[in-house]
Amino acid sequence: MGTFQIDFGDQEKARVVGIDLGTTNSLVAYLDPAGHPEIIPDAGGRKIVPSVVAVAPSGEVLVGHAARDMLITHPERAVYSVKRLMGRGVVDIEEELKLFPFRIAAGSESVIRLQLGERVMTPPQASAEILRQLKRNAEAFLGEEVRQAVITVPAYFNDAQRQSTKDAGRIAGLEVLRLVNEPTAASLAYGLDKRKQGIVVVYDLGGGTFDISILRIKEGIFEVLATNGDTHLGGDDIDNLLLRVAIEDIESEWNEDISENGEAVQLLRRAVIRAKEELSYVPQTTIQLEYRGKRYDRELRRDLFERLITAIVDRTLPPCRQCIRDAGLSVGEIDEVVLVGGSTRIPLVRGAVEALFRAKPHAELNPEEVVALGAAVQAGILSGHVGDTLLLDVTPLSLGIEIMGGVVSKIIPRNSTIPASATETFTTAVDGQRHVLIHVVQGERELVRDCRSLARFDLQDIDPLPAGMARIEVRFLIDANGILNVTARDLRTGREQSVDIKPSYGLTDEQVEAMIRESFEKAEEDFRERQVREARVEADAILAAVEKAKQNDAYFELPDEERQAIDRAVNELLLVYHSDNHILIREHLERVNQATLHLAENMMNAAVRGVLKGTKI
Amino acid sequence: MRAHDPASTTFTCWHCTAEVTGSLFCPGCKAIQAPVRDYYRFFGLERKLSLDTGDLQHRFYELSRQLHPDRFQRRSPQEQQCSLEASSVLNDGYRVLRNPIERAEYVLKQEGFDIGEQRGKDVPPELLEEVFELNMVLEEMRGGEESARPQLEQARTRFQDMRREIDDQLGELFRNYDESRDRAVLARIRGVLNRRRYIGNLLRDVEKELEPAASLPGRDG
Repeated sequence: MGTFQIDFGDQEKARVVGIDLGTTNSLVAYLDPAGHPEIIPDAGGRKIVPSVVAVAPSGEVLVGHAARDMLITHPERAVYSVKRLMGRGVVDIEEELKLFPFRIAAGSESVIRLQLGERVMTPPQASAEILRQLKRNAEAFLGEEVRQAVITVPAYFNDAQRQSTKDAGRIAGLEVLRLVNEPTAASLAYGLDKRKQGIVVVYDLGGGTFDISILRIKEGIFEVLATNGDTHLGGDDIDNLLLRVAIEDIESEWNEDISENGEAVQLLRRAVIRAKEELSYVPQTTIQLEYRGKRYDRELRRDLFERLITAIVDRTLPPCRQCIRDAGLSVGEIDEVVLVGGSTRIPLVRGAVEALFRAKPHAELNPEEVVALGAAVQAGILSGHVGDTLLLDVTPLSLGIEIMGGVVSKIIPRNSTIPASATETFTTAVDGQRHVLIHVVQGERELVRDCRSLARFDLQDIDPLPAGMARIEVRFLIDANGILNVTARDLRTGREQSVDIKPSYGLTDEQVEAMIRESFEKAEEDFRERQVREARVEADAILAAVEKAKQNDAYFELPDEERQAIDRAVNELLLVYHSDNHILIREHLERVNQATLHLAENMMNAAVRGVLKGTKI
Repeated sequence: MRAHDPASTTFTCWHCTAEVTGSLFCPGCKAIQAPVRDYYRFFGLERKLSLDTGDLQHRFYELSRQLHPDRFQRRSPQEQQCSLEASSVLNDGYRVLRNPIERAEYVLKQEGFDIGEQRGKDVPPELLEEVFELNMVLEEMRGGEESARPQLEQARTRFQDMRREIDDQLGELFRNYDESRDRAVLARIRGVLNRRRYIGNLLRDVEKELEPAASLPGRDG
């Protein structure tokens, strides 16, 4: 028997793509052979995949442009801005539910379950559909399988939100090599060519999230000094505000409240978004809605628009100031300001940034593409294609543990470079105690109830000892993705201590596994369906051919029993035609083939004779 | 991963079982090693309280280039784990060593001094009267009396000046210790650090009243 050697060559060169999984739009990028990051377009040449997922009445899952159209026709079957729901419980989103058409299914306390037609989807599953679409686009464009990706997340995402994003990748069949913070990714795209040095601020106002990051770029190292933000602030808020105003305006004009009418609201939503976008380039525009024969036209001037949204834009300023303070800098020390995210096209936003940082912000790169481009650069760093560049990012929120009286003891401060760690020793309070429960939170406040609960870690199977005798050393380690890992060791025995993790928000490992299985099953179901459809198409072709052959002289020349055999076979094929069993269809298809073999032969001979007769040699 | 005795500098390479003496990579097979937990040793620095922060940053960048998980993405799980551990010690160490206060506390702890939080809560006797007055002003501010603001602003300036003086004093003591290695100097440093922490807490209270919004970090959603 011969031997073979496993070739790891492909593994090393394996393609890693960069994905910007945005609130409104998503993009995928790769490093081209020359080492430049490029956005990968879909089959239609479009770079942007709208972050919308819909379930068609047929049960088919639609993503992107097709799903966005469903938003108008079947608003109850589509979900947009799902990123705002990642890593959250239902109480967190009560406010937005008033404006979003989402239907929430039962059991949504720690993970939201969206009702889309007959399907129930968690936010990681909906995000996985978007990722799967991007993966398909990349595979079609590159002509090879894509299994690994770098995915960007808002810098201010907490542990649960990050974990949910990673889960989405796993469900989509992607190995997520790294989660990169969006503003940092943008700085990579900006800084790479120019060999920049100095202090750079990235102001990132996207569809649903706001981030501010301050970096020191030196000797190819991109060191994040501080970051801040708001995971619930972005263009969506401006859209919702305009939508609210327009709904009230329409009510006074039409004497009709359209807010409960999903289709009208989605049409109006599109209209206000278009008006918002136009106002970045022209001083005035009109919000237009035509619905059931009624017409609404409202002129909107930029100055009024700006007055309306000032409060929203101003909400970005305190995080900026805090970030400058945390970086230990003064405004004068900042060399450059970079704008990222579609909402930074708004002149009022640019003005606010310029006034705060006293510098004209850069926006040479398309603010909607720069994050995906940066993700591709990070993918290149991880796959060894980009050599001397290194990103040192930070954790946005302090990590703490609950101590007596519901007070938080901080163990890893915010803005610590990651990976970062802390080691604490725990003991028992009661004789013979076998468990110690550690409650880990994220946030800056002093009390547990004001911070975000992250998880409860149960140190199990502690040797029964008198109170205070056990000594368990627990190591909290935030990895390069900003995700917490906890390990524990019994200091007396040196033994690894088992830790059971109960995440406060998001999916457990078992749930993610179940969803991966479900997605395989779904894929199998889809595959079966396609097989059935293909078999029917073939059956249609052969049935049509037999019908046509029955007109041929050769058919009438067949013996009776052969003609009967053909009819029998055709009848049976028609019977199984509507079954869901493609194997059965193909089997009977083959029988029709066999039964008509002689007929086909005779027809062929007749045809050949005919041809020969007509040919003059 | 095998943990090694933090007190010893020599251990065996997990990969080729060669003897490794206090370095990050095995001299034989070049495999990355479980990190030394001592920050000074990790950075290859002498245990001094006064440090050149420019040099520290340079070392930090160089070590980051060698140890960061990005560099081990395509390596074995064992090496990835070592890189993760080593990077976290590197980052934790940089955070502590670049800040003179945390650096001093780290050395004090290593030298067996108790530096519990509680010590920052005892009022230094020379500040008793000042603290009493400040608390009254803070109460007035909290009660909505804006007239107390100028007094509070004065207090802020005074405390900031005090802290600067303390920092100068600490710089002096650091140099003293680096030359003498005298434990009595460390004891004095501990006393000064406690006083500094106390004043820092006062400043925080004052600033919280003066600009309540600014002392809150961004929302974490």
